[in-house]
Amino acid sequence: MKALNGLIEWLDHRTGIHTAARKFLYEEIPASSGWHQVFGSVALFLFLTQAFTGAMLAFNYAPTPGEAYNSLRYILTELTGGRLMRGLHHWGASLMIVVVVLHMIQVFVYGAYKKPREATWMMGVVLLLLTLGYGLTGYLLPWDNRAYWGTVVATNIAATAPVLGPYLTRLLGGPGIGVVTFARFFGLHVLLLPPVTALLIGVHVYLVRKHGVAPAPGDEALPKKQFYPRQVFKDTVAIFAAFIILFVMAVAVRVPLEQLADPTDTAYTPRPEWYFLFLFQFLKFFNGPLEVVGSMVLPGLAVLLLILVPFIDRTQMVKVTRRGFAFGFVVLAALGWGGLTAAAVVTTPAEAREAAVDYSAPTDWMQLSPEEMAGIGYFRRENCVTCHAIDGSGSQIGPDLTRTTIHRNAAWMIPHFKSPQGVRPGSSMPAIQLGDAQLNSLAAFLLKLNPQNASALENAPDFAVQGALVYQTNGCSDCHKVNGVGSDIGPSLNGLSKRRSRSWVEEHFGDPPKLSPGSSMPPFKFPAKDMENLTNYLFSLPE
Amino acid sequence: MDHVQPPETRPGSPGPTRRSFYSAAIYGIWGVITAALAAPALIYLLVPPRMRRQSEWVDAGSLSQVPTGTPVEVTFRQNRVDGWKVTSETNTAWVLKTANNEVVAYGPQCTHLGCAYHWDSGKNEFLCPCHNSVFAIDGRVVGGPAPRPLDRYETKVEGNKLLLGRLQISPEKSA
Repeated sequence: MKALNGLIEWLDHRTGIHTAARKFLYEEIPASSGWHQVFGSVALFLFLTQAFTGAMLAFNYAPTPGEAYNSLRYILTELTGGRLMRGLHHWGASLMIVVVVLHMIQVFVYGAYKKPREATWMMGVVLLLLTLGYGLTGYLLPWDNRAYWGTVVATNIAATAPVLGPYLTRLLGGPGIGVVTFARFFGLHVLLLPPVTALLIGVHVYLVRKHGVAPAPGDEALPKKQFYPRQVFKDTVAIFAAFIILFVMAVAVRVPLEQLADPTDTAYTPRPEWYFLFLFQFLKFFNGPLEVVGSMVLPGLAVLLLILVPFIDRTQMVKVTRRGFAFGFVVLAALGWGGLTAAAVVTTPAEAREAAVDYSAPTDWMQLSPEEMAGIGYFRRENCVTCHAIDGSGSQIGPDLTRTTIHRNAAWMIPHFKSPQGVRPGSSMPAIQLGDAQLNSLAAFLLKLNPQNASALENAPDFAVQGALVYQTNGCSDCHKVNGVGSDIGPSLNGLSKRRSRSWVEEHFGDPPKLSPGSSMPPFKFPAKDMENLTNYLFSLPE
Repeated sequence: MDHVQPPETRPGSPGPTRRSFYSAAIYGIWGVITAALAAPALIYLLVPPRMRRQSEWVDAGSLSQVPTGTPVEVTFRQNRVDGWKVTSETNTAWVLKTANNEVVAYGPQCTHLGCAYHWDSGKNEFLCPCHNSVFAIDGRVVGGPAPRPLDRYETKVEGNKLLLGRLQISPEKSA
């Protein structure tokens, strides 16, 4: 202990760090300080967490289109903890916006922006805009369809700015979105914004210190408190609460990754991140030449108004309970924001019929043949996992099906499926009530199963499995090839989504010669659900 | 050095028990947060990527071109998994067919510092030009600074075709 004190004293003598820390911690704060003032610290903590998780992601990320997508997929599917890192960064961004806005509301409601703290407030508004800037620029970086189309909208809005439009477009690497835009957004997101933010946070905190924490009326008569330990404790508890929320979100709420950005995908409905939805909806009220009013003029005025708040309200500081007008304003703003956001959610067309493949999970199921995919369907339908383990996890009643030692051939498996006791006396496995073709599919899948591809079993989306079942039961492979399996009479179905539209394919099933004259394909009448699953499955096949 | 009054003497300060509770809570919570961020970050950076691709056997050509008893340099194309990419690259191996028809394929790099070595047919030894490491025909270190014998590829012969698997790093100390 004595040695430690000696070391601290030595260090302090050279650097003054201990004295500075004490000065910082024992700063005097008004008697009224308390839980309502924790949000600034939480916002700072979240900023630092974002910087950390952002750096972690950057360690395995290639900032060019295409490569960006592949490297993010690598982070999500190949690296242990990669999904958590991305989850923390993704949800951290949302949480940061929530906390920054709460911080602002608190300052606004208490009137803490009043003289002499005008500059602190204005700096805070700039920091809010920077936080939104991260959201805007970071949105493009996964380079999936969502990122691409969301950014198309954002850059087109920037282009409508009066006078500045063309220059903004240039600055953002346009027209169009490609490698240059990507580089600009990446550069802004990781090289320019963070140091600027850090600098402005420094100025913001300096100003808070310079003027002291805003007192409430009546504080003059009371003895001052110290920042440490009581207020530091409160800040720390609030930070911990935010951290727990963030961590739980990152673990429990999966952040999807859509397919690679496809600039030719005309069916995609872009939708911005939730905190921009109100603007997205607001824009719908303005058409034609008025659009710029909704996209630029009014949002610009709102920001200006926000910056000028301390000069608009120059009244004396009063108790928070007497600031009814400020409360009312916040409630109105919240209602307006909430209403617009809700309207946006309700009116945006429900997720396109296109079944979304979650590319943040392994997609090795895409390499399977339709027969093997159908096997997954029978495997799920027959609830094989109630007795069998897959790659070491699950029930231990029957053997682990990924262990190659139990793999025989189809000639052994199929009689075994039909009569387990006949092949292996004493087995407690019930007979599987399926036809020969179906048992063949099941065997085809099981023969392929090994610890490396066992995740396909888990990750194959239901629409694809159901689609493959339709494909298999209708004997499509008698004429078509998928993933190299099948016959060459008809065209290979890989990459169908690039050649044909969904409506074309669905109409084609009903009357092939009408759409492709000379086709020898018989007509198929599918129930609506089967048709949807089959088309979705075929459209999800790799090229 | 201490320009600030000791906090205990201040009016309105929490008492000593309260104080130690506060500071214990502050340190404790920050400890938990730091650990909860640092541990996954370390795992994320240190645990090798899950490999979904099975180890592949690469076709290194016909064995009939390999004379018995003399190592020859064989060139082949191989897919290498490099992070999120799979690159196809040219690789080489020194292949030796022994008299009893066993096949050995050595990795092309000296086990000292990774220079490319070559076969000196006059001396019947592998020589590394960088620091004069010398290996015998069976891969043993005969001289120089090399710390371990030459690394070997897993080999498999199908008919007359030589298939190479993963490069096995040989253990330190000569085998």
